Amino acid sequence: MTFWLLLTVNSVTFGGLLFLLSAGFSLIFGLMRIPNLTHGSMFMLGAYFGTTLLSGVLGVRFGFWLAAVVCAIEVALLGALMERLLLRRLAGQQLAQVLVTLGVSFMVADLCLMGWGGDPISVATPPGLNGFVRFGAAVFPLYRLAVIAIAVVVALALWLMLERTRLGAMIRAGVDDPQMARVVGIRVSQLFTIVFALGAGLAGFAGLIGGPILSVYPGIDQDMLPLALVVVILGGTGSLLGSFVGSILIGFIYNFGQALLPELAYFILFLPMVLVLVLRPQGLFGGQIL
Amino acid sequence: MSAKPKNRKFSRRTVLAGSVAGAAAVLTRFPAPAVAQAEPFRLGLLTVKTGPLAQGGIQMEQGVLTYLKETNYVIGGRKVDFVSADTGGNPAGTKTKAQELVERDKVDVILGPLAAFELYAISDYIREQKMPTLSLAAADDLTQRKPNPYLLRASATSSQAMHPMAHYTATELKLKRIFCIVEDFAFGYEQMGGFQASLQKEGGCVVNKLWPPLVTPDYTPYVAQISDCDGVCQGFAGSNPLRFMKAYANAGLKYPVVTGETGGDDALLRSYGEEAIGLVSCIPYTLDLEIDANHRFINGMLKNFDVIPGQYAGLLYVNCQVVDAALKATGGDAHDKDKFMTALKAVSLTDTPRGPLKFDHFGNVIGTFYVRRIGTEGAKYGLKLWNKTIKTYENVSQFWTWPEQEYLAHPVYSRDYPPLTKC
Repeated sequence: MTFWLLLTVNSVTFGGLLFLLSAGFSLIFGLMRIPNLTHGSMFMLGAYFGTTLLSGVLGVRFGFWLAAVVCAIEVALLGALMERLLLRRLAGQQLAQVLVTLGVSFMVADLCLMGWGGDPISVATPPGLNGFVRFGAAVFPLYRLAVIAIAVVVALALWLMLERTRLGAMIRAGVDDPQMARVVGIRVSQLFTIVFALGAGLAGFAGLIGGPILSVYPGIDQDMLPLALVVVILGGTGSLLGSFVGSILIGFIYNFGQALLPELAYFILFLPMVLVLVLRPQGLFGGQIL
Repeated sequence: MSAKPKNRKFSRRTVLAGSVAGAAAVLTRFPAPAVAQAEPFRLGLLTVKTGPLAQGGIQMEQGVLTYLKETNYVIGGRKVDFVSADTGGNPAGTKTKAQELVERDKVDVILGPLAAFELYAISDYIREQKMPTLSLAAADDLTQRKPNPYLLRASATSSQAMHPMAHYTATELKLKRIFCIVEDFAFGYEQMGGFQASLQKEGGCVVNKLWPPLVTPDYTPYVAQISDCDGVCQGFAGSNPLRFMKAYANAGLKYPVVTGETGGDDALLRSYGEEAIGLVSCIPYTLDLEIDANHRFINGMLKNFDVIPGQYAGLLYVNCQVVDAALKATGGDAHDKDKFMTALKAVSLTDTPRGPLKFDHFGNVIGTFYVRRIGTEGAKYGLKLWNKTIKTYENVSQFWTWPEQEYLAHPVYSRDYPPLTKC
């Protein structure tokens, strides 16, 4: 019983973290049609920036939550720069985009290795969330439950932004039909920069939020990117609801797959992706942004 | 410069094996022996400086450089030319870089590579080239059932540290029923195989063995399966021990945990938090060994790189000492590879950071292994945690206490060997 409970709660937790990572990936892909292979790097950069902020910059030590916000902003700015300077020139050329983003991800990985060294860095659980919660016989760390809450809050905020704001309306229009959006006077190019920065920032935020669970180490970018890909393909690109449902589904598949059929863990993880690609290429919720 | 190589013939092999460029380079090296005496000894290193394995790889290079700086780049009476190559941590890259070191840079000896799959990728090549190679990679069979005569291992086989670890677990910690968990690859199988075989010898048994993939962002699904045992043995490597111990503590598990050389490496002490307190490990190099050779090495690492060394740096430093000693024994002559290999295998040292060591006839180390427990007491060099040695096992061979013939009659440790028994 404890076993099932632990796995179930952990599935939701892991799903929450995956949502933070993949929501931005999905928006970027949905709006800009860019298969952004630097998304894992953004996650890693956020995590590394975060550890630096936590250990203190110029004598100022940041609290965990402030550090998470600041590193998200830093990564968002980097994302905006990258969109303006690199991806803008490659609009519409998917092969070139794949190669450039892949190349940049290798460069970021090596720069991080130079900057932060190869030692894994563990991130302390933020104060106040150190404790455990009891579910019958099982204990569960409070922080992991907090990650679920954070994911829900971020999901709601994104939903409100997309549903209720002018920016959201423009993004929806852009995802639905970029040409038509342009025709009716939406500055799609500016929108691209904003969405790319937002997606990168979310990934950076997820990086530090994931820190106390995953720690930070060279190669975490390549570990997380495939998971984001699976979520987005399963849920449908450009769909917020898709990312959310996809993340939770993958959280469950990942946890139960590894626990029950460890030999087939990766097979089971990627099987739904293959099935969706064959049977429903637009994903479970493809085409509906919310 | 006492070295005066007597026999500088270039064998047919050297010329045949070289590429056209290689052959041209050989010709330029043809001057008379009197000139050749001044020729530097060329020391090659295969390491990993990029990607996920870089942490250990960078320490490997730092270990070598620390030794070279200490000796002013003179070993065995010869000036050293040091060439370092980054394999990128993949077999194809390792092969290419090994060829570069041998055919372009004309190295006399190769240190490295780091990982077993890298060593397998070049094993045939170094045999073909008769290139003395002092590897850190632990693949058991390369000094056992499929020995490579040009391989020397001054570190340990995968299972070498786990044999004493299991002995300590059963006889001193009095833990008999152990749950094993390690990555799903050869280093993991061989570690756990060694642990199980040695544990069973002492009357213990393994409850279950779990094999998470090498890339496992969250270990909770595996940790959730650990139950009904006296203790846990984890054999994780790289950054995985960190995440495993965290997930383990987060799940509220309290069984004592033991681990091997990679899981308790001193280089991890900076990264570990409270969750690692109490972790018992067995390792061929320990930071807290209070002997001159180790102080010299640690001070060198701190002075040159401001880095607290772990076993990767420590063992590469030892490798350099071994090369130095062999070169002294041959009077500076490394040209006859077979002779040099014999000299390497005959090396026996006492003044090394890992204590005394010698080699068996397969070229694998016989040396001291240290069982340590992580705590806060006695921490030095600004560390918060410290591995304190609680037991030393001396003269540990790769065959542990089994007679060589009996040991080699068994298949190599694998996922299925030894098989799980009723426990």
